[in-house]
Amino acid sequence: MEPTPDKLKDMYRTMWRVRLFEEEANRQAAFGNVQGAFHMYCGEEAVAAGFCAHLRTDDYVVGTHRSHGHYIAKGGSIDRMMAELFGRAAGVCKGKGGSMHVADFSVGMLGANGIVGGGFAPATGAALASQLRGEDRVSVCFFGDGATQRGTFHEAVNMGAIWDLPVIYVCENNQYQQWIPQSRMTKVTSVRDMAPSYGIPGESVDGQDVLAVSRVAADAIERARSGGGPTLIECVTYRFHGHSLGDLQEYRDKEEVEHWVKDRDPIQLLRTYLMERQQLSQDEDAAIQSDAMAEIQSAVAFADASPFPVDADIGKDIFVEPERPQS
Amino acid sequence: MRIMTFRDALNEAIHEEMARDDRIFLIGEDVATHGGNLAVTKGIAEAFPNRIRETPIAEAAIVGVAVGAALAGMRPVAEIMYIDFVTCAMDEVVNQAAKMRYMTGGQASVPMVLRLPCGLSRYTAAQHSQALESWFMHVPGLHVVVPSTPQDAKGLFRTAVREPDPVLFLEYKRLYSLEGEVSDIVEPIPLGLAEVKRAGEDVTVVAVGPMVSKALEAGILLEDEGIDIEVVDPRCLSPLDVDTLAASARRTGRAVVCAEDALMAGCTAEIACAISERCFSDLSVPVRRLAALDVPMPFSAPLADKVVPSVEQIVEAVKEVVNGH
Repeated sequence: MEPTPDKLKDMYRTMWRVRLFEEEANRQAAFGNVQGAFHMYCGEEAVAAGFCAHLRTDDYVVGTHRSHGHYIAKGGSIDRMMAELFGRAAGVCKGKGGSMHVADFSVGMLGANGIVGGGFAPATGAALASQLRGEDRVSVCFFGDGATQRGTFHEAVNMGAIWDLPVIYVCENNQYQQWIPQSRMTKVTSVRDMAPSYGIPGESVDGQDVLAVSRVAADAIERARSGGGPTLIECVTYRFHGHSLGDLQEYRDKEEVEHWVKDRDPIQLLRTYLMERQQLSQDEDAAIQSDAMAEIQSAVAFADASPFPVDADIGKDIFVEPERPQS
Repeated sequence: MRIMTFRDALNEAIHEEMARDDRIFLIGEDVATHGGNLAVTKGIAEAFPNRIRETPIAEAAIVGVAVGAALAGMRPVAEIMYIDFVTCAMDEVVNQAAKMRYMTGGQASVPMVLRLPCGLSRYTAAQHSQALESWFMHVPGLHVVVPSTPQDAKGLFRTAVREPDPVLFLEYKRLYSLEGEVSDIVEPIPLGLAEVKRAGEDVTVVAVGPMVSKALEAGILLEDEGIDIEVVDPRCLSPLDVDTLAASARRTGRAVVCAEDALMAGCTAEIACAISERCFSDLSVPVRRLAALDVPMPFSAPLADKVVPSVEQIVEAVKEVVNGH
């Protein structure tokens, strides 16, 4: 099913919101406002936007350590995520999770995950819950190429397959596993080729082309929702920035990075597509970008105005409240 | 009041709780066929055919899938065939299940029971006989429950499955055939509530899991020596009911702590330390520990039988503390 021009514009808007959030958070990290490890999603926006465009609020998403984009695309609060990165009490996880653990159950975001490969089984389990209850919610498991080398990939995808669970395994193949090219760590560089091992459909798609992502996503989500079981999808993409803050990137050529940033930027590709078809005017484009920028600036103000958690919060949320009496 | 085995009491608890709450489902290896590897889930497949999932041999996925289902509102009861295999799912237990509520600022709830058959039973050597409770006591966010009687197995399971947070439910395999009195109606037993299994005046014996029946046996033998021990069963190692243990030790002035996990950094270390910190000035002798030898479980029966504390060792340890050393 082809997305309507309005739907495409929504994806375009989502991608800008993600891009500008990441760039602003990066700036805020330089000021010392964003603390801790922080992994930018720039360059990979079409994957989150293309999939989440087909999800309902009550569908489940499980992320990775690079999940700000998933959360925004799933309908999350930019204010509360910025506050979380600032370590503030108004953060979506009250400042207890941070960048790698962004979760918001009100929009079905079951959590980013600081353990590479840690999300496969929980995403599969959420799909099992849906199936056991006879619901039609689906579960989308985002993961990186590096995670396919974890044993959890094999265990969970196999389990999802044998039970025909409504789960879509979405590999964001950004071609680097932290600092190492994917090809040095596996001889099967197309993740799609792993699908036959589990007897499920596999797809590989240009992860910079949000239209292509959206088509594949729509089919897989529909198949999962109607009881057709899991799909393994590889989105070939690229990380515009290093693995995390402070990554010197001596392991990859500057020309390679420039090529992807200049020629393969998913936002610019969609912008060109829409403009060529007169589906996006210069004015609309400018408004989308300035609205997104205003939203991000307002998130910074929101985060900045929020207090840090108080000492009494340390022992809360380990178990359900009220706390058991401590002996 | 009925006489039942630990296995049947637990099985009955699973049946009753599944009938009460349709969010509960079972997941694990061979849990339906033959009523499960150790026959604890007998009859569940017939009674609740759509709420039992037999899995591949994939412990990380069993626990991880249970975590995901719990996050999505279900109440999974996952069985790891032997506790030794939970090592293949440590990320899912320690980094995922235990941390979810905290990392999400209280949004996530992981109401999962992880059933962990453990301990020495049929001479199955070092990879099928371990007692690993202390590992999990060390992780904030996990409850660790160790029932010692059929009644407690039923009452504690009823609580475990109603908890909003993950519970590691350690089932000592040797106890499955243990018979005991079970009330007609067993109320859920709150977690973190120790029970005095035998009242006494002279020495507090804190006994965990299968050590409880051994301590009670030792208590009868010690009566002949004129020594009256009090046997206290923590029942739950996290949260640990230090108040009850300390009150008993303060009254008797002497404490022996016995468990089946290894001595080094085992659960006896935490319990002994907690008692010492609370009751140092009330104790007439240092707290004494009895635990498994710090060796992998050997296969050969004469060797294996020497690894975990015996009734005789409990008797000896009690006599020694009574004599002031």
